[in-house]
Amino acid sequence: MSDISAQLIERIRAASSPLCIRGAGSKDFYGNAPQGEVLDTRGHTGIVAYEPTELFVTARGGTQLAEIEAALAAQGQYLPFEPPRFAPDSTIGGVVAAGLSGPRRASAGSVRDYVLGVRLVDGAARELVFGGQVMKNVAGYDVSRLIAGSLGTLGLILDVSLKVLPRPAAEATLRFELKQAAALDKLNRWAGQPLPIVASAWDAGVLTLRLAGARAAVEAAQQKLGADGTVDAGAFWDELRDQRTTFFAGDAPLWRLSVPSVAPVIDLPGATLIEWGGAQRWLRTDAPATTVRAAAAAVGGSAALYRAPAELKAAAGAFAPLPEPLAALQRRLKAAFDPRGILNPGRLYKEI
Amino acid sequence: MGSLEEFRQLGEGEIARLIAGLRRILATDSLLVEQEDLVPYECDGLTAYRQLPLLVALPTTEDQVVAVLKLCHELRVPVVARGAGTGLSGGATPVRHGVVLSLAKFMRILDIDPVARTARVQPGVRNLAISEAVAPYALYYAPDPSSQIACTIGGNVAENSGGVHCLKYGLTVHNVLRVRVALIDGTVVEIGSEGLDSPGYDLLALMIGSEGMLGVVLEATVKLTPKPQVAKVVMASFDDMTKAGNAVAAIIAAGIIPAGLEMMDKPATRAVEDFVHAGYDLDAEAILLAESDGTPEEVEEEIAAMKAVLEGAGARELRVSQSEAERLKFWAGRKAAFPAVGRITPDYLCMDGTIPRKHLAHVLIRIAELARQYDLRCANVFHAGDGNLHPLIMFDANKPGELERATEFGSRILELSVDVGGTITGEHGVGIEKVGQMCVQFSPEELDAFHALKAAFDPQGLLNPGKAVPTPRRCSEYRLTGSAGHGEGRAA
Repeated sequence: MSDISAQLIERIRAASSPLCIRGAGSKDFYGNAPQGEVLDTRGHTGIVAYEPTELFVTARGGTQLAEIEAALAAQGQYLPFEPPRFAPDSTIGGVVAAGLSGPRRASAGSVRDYVLGVRLVDGAARELVFGGQVMKNVAGYDVSRLIAGSLGTLGLILDVSLKVLPRPAAEATLRFELKQAAALDKLNRWAGQPLPIVASAWDAGVLTLRLAGARAAVEAAQQKLGADGTVDAGAFWDELRDQRTTFFAGDAPLWRLSVPSVAPVIDLPGATLIEWGGAQRWLRTDAPATTVRAAAAAVGGSAALYRAPAELKAAAGAFAPLPEPLAALQRRLKAAFDPRGILNPGRLYKEI
Repeated sequence: MGSLEEFRQLGEGEIARLIAGLRRILATDSLLVEQEDLVPYECDGLTAYRQLPLLVALPTTEDQVVAVLKLCHELRVPVVARGAGTGLSGGATPVRHGVVLSLAKFMRILDIDPVARTARVQPGVRNLAISEAVAPYALYYAPDPSSQIACTIGGNVAENSGGVHCLKYGLTVHNVLRVRVALIDGTVVEIGSEGLDSPGYDLLALMIGSEGMLGVVLEATVKLTPKPQVAKVVMASFDDMTKAGNAVAAIIAAGIIPAGLEMMDKPATRAVEDFVHAGYDLDAEAILLAESDGTPEEVEEEIAAMKAVLEGAGARELRVSQSEAERLKFWAGRKAAFPAVGRITPDYLCMDGTIPRKHLAHVLIRIAELARQYDLRCANVFHAGDGNLHPLIMFDANKPGELERATEFGSRILELSVDVGGTITGEHGVGIEKVGQMCVQFSPEELDAFHALKAAFDPQGLLNPGKAVPTPRRCSEYRLTGSAGHGEGRAA
């Protein structure tokens, strides 16, 4: 446990050129290429407050995700948005800044849905607190949720308060052999029923479902879904969460498409992995960026170039280009929090 | 309360140009300028403060909304967007030299997709109307503010409205996928998407709960939830508030997230029992309602678990609803708490602080002390699951000084909420009501950041001026006097 907030604030105050805010660096691959002098947050650590019956945890930005998850597990609680653990020393600041959620996202919500409050240092070296440790809070604009997924471009997260929940009493995994279109159809129809489906993954003709909730509810759902029995998922969900399944191995460019769950099969060359009841489609393809982005846009979604060789990322940009009025709003927001443009410039978009 | 008079006054020539311009945009009956027509718009649910607007525009098409905004932007006239006017913090209180932009005529549900579980609706659609329209598909829209029969989705987005099922099902921010928004200069932007994530900053999170200060909602796509097969509620009474507070913590410690977890104190229980005859225990210091929903198996399991916890926590009486009719009866009192209190007092102020639950007993004891100090009655209803406390301060506005005393009492409660680590508003918004207390909760630098953020959307500060975020001057006043002045608002 160590508080180096004063040093971090001073580094930002004194900076005259771009800083690269960095925890363990396990997500250096994500977004556009990091640039600037590294500002290491790993010395700013510790769970500041954890109150299981108030359902929140507050931790300094450099605290390891693993430490937080262990503390929660000891009380039978967890982070339902299941952020991927790319490295054993991934930090909670990085989790929030990246805004990446895991397999349960469609049912449990995303990182931002669990952010209750942040203490941050903005680009003008101001220490600012937004939100708090309570579930319901509408005082002022919801800046703490804005910080989730902003990739460090608005401020450095000194500490963050997250809502936590009790672990479900029971879980089960079911498997079905289904073609992609049939799997999408089933996923959407099931999602419209009161079933305790918390995660789903379709890969190479196999649909894997995760049920969780009260024991009786999980058992009833198993029967209703017509599975012969449960399968031993082993490490499947952990590997999926941490993006270590075979689908994620290899060098072909990896795209993450965020689309309406009912979007039809996206017909592009390469392998597909579907999560979030159809709303997240991973694609390994050499198709040109413009083709992938157009395909996502055509169904009302967007495509992020997730992992790719540096030249390709630099040329295509990690994230889908925004319509000008939205881009203008984002530039002005960036200027409001980081007028000198020194925090992780270019990481999200070239101009912010 | 904040002054609404910080904005510049309009000259007669400017007013004439504005009216002439609006007449070109709107049908004759869509523009109200006569005082008698303006009176219904002089306040929202915060009826203690009233202000006539310059005029009211009631457009019927998106093009008209955009044209009205463009004109106001060009003439630098303030605009206050308004839905059903049920808000409790004065978020829709008019500005004297401003336009009220009513979205009341946008009442169409544009699209329901039962497979995707989404509904695309216009901003004036009532919250409950969405659930009614999608009921044939066994779906509903989860956030259920107590005004849901009347309040509109546009207003829900502006206030990030909650309800009694937030702990399990989330707030508006967790249940809206996309909004189509007009900025003050008339630019229309789509924020969010039917996919779960959108590229760039999460503007949807910013827009929701922005109290009409960043943009005007033209359309919202909401997430629909499968209707649980059954719901049951346990009603427990306690002879001690601390025990009741501990019971709430014990339920959560047992790993249960109830669909609803609500508490009422003795004054509130008595007021509602007279009104709805739900059979509440009138001698109890606190009544706790804990609801479970889901499949029949799941509900049985959870109700049994909650009963055991409540017994262990020292409940003096426990009843489980045996039918849907009885469940609704148990809830009737809680849902009718505001009108029930309204029957026993000429006026009341509804406060909205959120506190860490563990401080409940301390806060309620302090509220009782304050009630004696200000010589006013106060009943408390509490969204116990998420810590959102609604003290209802009873007063008579016709008795000299009572409104002022009630307001001051309310301020002390909000400051107390901040002191124990909570917030001045859980779900009603800051509006004009709590703009002074914002200076207690936020530092000058944080308020500066809010102003800068506002300027990124609305550089001239034309959308809902004077609300939600106080100016530094207002904070100096608040710190000096403990009250930020009422501008030209007047007591009812």
